[in-house]
Amino acid sequence: MNVATEPVLAVQGLTTGFDTARGRLVAVNDLSFSLARGETLAIVGESGCGKSVAALSIMRLLETPPALILGGTIRFAGRDLAQADEATMSGLRGAKLSMIFQEPMTALNPSMKVGLQIAEPLMRHRGLTREAALARAVEMLDLVRIPEAARRAEDYPHRMSGGMRQRVMIAMALACEPDLLIADEPTTALDVTIQAQVLEILRALQARMGAAVILITHDLGVVAEVADRVVVMYAGHKVEEADVASLFARPRHPYTHGLMRSVPRVNAPGRASGGRVRLPEIAGIVPALDQRPPGCPFVPRCPLASARCAEMPPLAEHSPGHWAACWHSDAVGQAAGAGHA
Amino acid sequence: MPVISFVALRVLRIVPIAFGVVTIIFLIFKAVPGDQATLMVGATATQAEIDAMRVRLGLDRPILEQYVSHMFGLVQGDFGWSSTFRGNPLPYILARLPATLALMLSAIALTIVIGVPAGVVAAVHHDRWIDHLLTGFVVALLAVPNFWLGLMLVAVLAVQMGWLPSHGFEGPASLIMPTLALAARLIALVARMTRGVMLEELRKDYVRTARAKGLEGRTIVVRHVLRNAMIPTVTVIGLQMGYLLGGSTVVERIFAWPGVGDLLLNAIGMRDYTLVQGIVVVYVAGFMLINLVVEGLYLLINPRLRHA
Ligand SMILES: Nc1ncnc2c1ncn2[C@@H]1O[C@H](COP(=O)(O)OP(=O)(O)O)[C@@H](O)[C@H]1O
Ligand code: SF4
Ligand SMILES: [Mg+2]
Repeated sequence: MNVATEPVLAVQGLTTGFDTARGRLVAVNDLSFSLARGETLAIVGESGCGKSVAALSIMRLLETPPALILGGTIRFAGRDLAQADEATMSGLRGAKLSMIFQEPMTALNPSMKVGLQIAEPLMRHRGLTREAALARAVEMLDLVRIPEAARRAEDYPHRMSGGMRQRVMIAMALACEPDLLIADEPTTALDVTIQAQVLEILRALQARMGAAVILITHDLGVVAEVADRVVVMYAGHKVEEADVASLFARPRHPYTHGLMRSVPRVNAPGRASGGRVRLPEIAGIVPALDQRPPGCPFVPRCPLASARCAEMPPLAEHSPGHWAACWHSDAVGQAAGAGHA
Repeated sequence: MPVISFVALRVLRIVPIAFGVVTIIFLIFKAVPGDQATLMVGATATQAEIDAMRVRLGLDRPILEQYVSHMFGLVQGDFGWSSTFRGNPLPYILARLPATLALMLSAIALTIVIGVPAGVVAAVHHDRWIDHLLTGFVVALLAVPNFWLGLMLVAVLAVQMGWLPSHGFEGPASLIMPTLALAARLIALVARMTRGVMLEELRKDYVRTARAKGLEGRTIVVRHVLRNAMIPTVTVIGLQMGYLLGGSTVVERIFAWPGVGDLLLNAIGMRDYTLVQGIVVVYVAGFMLINLVVEGLYLLINPRLRHA
């Protein structure tokens, strides 16, 4: 997958923390990955693993204080975003670098017509007049397959369903044809039937515009469908990275393996009510920021944990482009009784 | 247009409410202890004078009849016999209305011009020195009763400095002090309210979305946040109309402002019940009208209500 050209985005050693009453807590720890033009990279991990903080660090949308980037570089469009000032960032956001969020019900301004909300980045970055931008907004609504786009552009968000609002968000994020789109759990809040539609629209537009996409999700079913490459995050760390085929063929981290075992079948009864039903999962929870063990963060939940795991395992390459951070990665999926999903 | 039907509906709804309120006012005045005629003619009057007053006020008739003729009178603009004006007080009340309206409107204008921006600035600079300074002002203003503020304004600006006229109506400059005295509390309330609502709105997801499309701080506040923050602020201003009416009475007295409130206090002093009742009816009508305007404004800035 990796083309020899310069990557669109190269994150190197990104470390992001929060200054809190309990001291400085690190939410994203030494995260590195890069993205080629037009590529789709999935970032997966349970809730609380630092996916959103990583995404918001790249966008520089975290509130400082309490958040601050403690280290690392974010190479994008010839700059290091980790060092960029707000003026530079606001010039890039919505133009070359866009983001859509998990909650379509609250992400739009309730008292502004959706057409104008989509038109805003065009007026800001392309210097379009209001009329031209609004006309383009209608085209964008059409592209995200909202019926009667011209009439819908005049609607306020409360007149639209969650799925439609998320499509409005996509239209807004892609209006200026950015090089990179970060989609943070774009379908998590939606009904299962709508999820597939929205993903399909996202994929079609990505293909048309050639944007690279970071798709954040905790749904490995979605990953299998749309991603080229996957980064698995646990407790702020990248614990595994691979292209999608080799990851599913043979996960090298017990956490990834655990996630795969909890992937629901698309038609499983548990998914009928919007995918919110908890499925058999890895026992235990992601530790809070101030309760992370010093060695491998997965120790308390790991079936393969040994004395050695008290020391942090380094990322090791198992096959070209397939990396994992685990002392016992060769044993993953091999243990007796661990039936493969 | 849903807006037109909304207005029509509200106007229609006002009719029975107005009817009920006027009836209640009538009953309250009937329940005032003591004989109105005796009180109106004064302690030195003869029995014949009292009886003549009873007839003049219609108090000799059965209460139901009094009520019916009172209501018919109101509809036709006949507010009864006022001892102050020796006849129907309505034209005199209406003649005083512009002065009171001018005072209230300028107080509202001042509130919007000072209170709203102060709240916005404080919220945008949350927890910085300017926020603390403004919040300090707000607390101080809320602690000061407006009659006291009025007296201080008169003492300092008019009597000591001689900058502004101290009372009565002598051109637009006369409006300044009563307006300040009346608006002070409302400015503080609106500033505090706006600050709180702005802080809440600034934390909302749509603000992050606005930043994610490259908009900058000022644009986000002006184009996105302000309108949403104005929804509760307009409500607060609307709810404070009763306070403004009440406050205008005190302020008008302090500054000898020739408005309805000043007339009301005179009427009470003269025991002119007809006049007091008439002013209360005019106040109620004004209050209802203001509520209608506030609801209309609310509808204008909050699209979510338009289809409800
Ligand atoms: N503003 C904040 N202050 C303190 N901790 C935070 C803040 N935002 C997020 N966190 C913590 O950072 C960790 C990662 O959060 P997040 O990136 O949102 O996870 P997710 O992978 O579900 O997107 C969590 O433990 C969360 O509680
Ligand atoms: S290093 Fe040890 S604890 Fe961590 S994932 Fe591997 S086996 Fe489990
Ligand atoms: Mg998240």
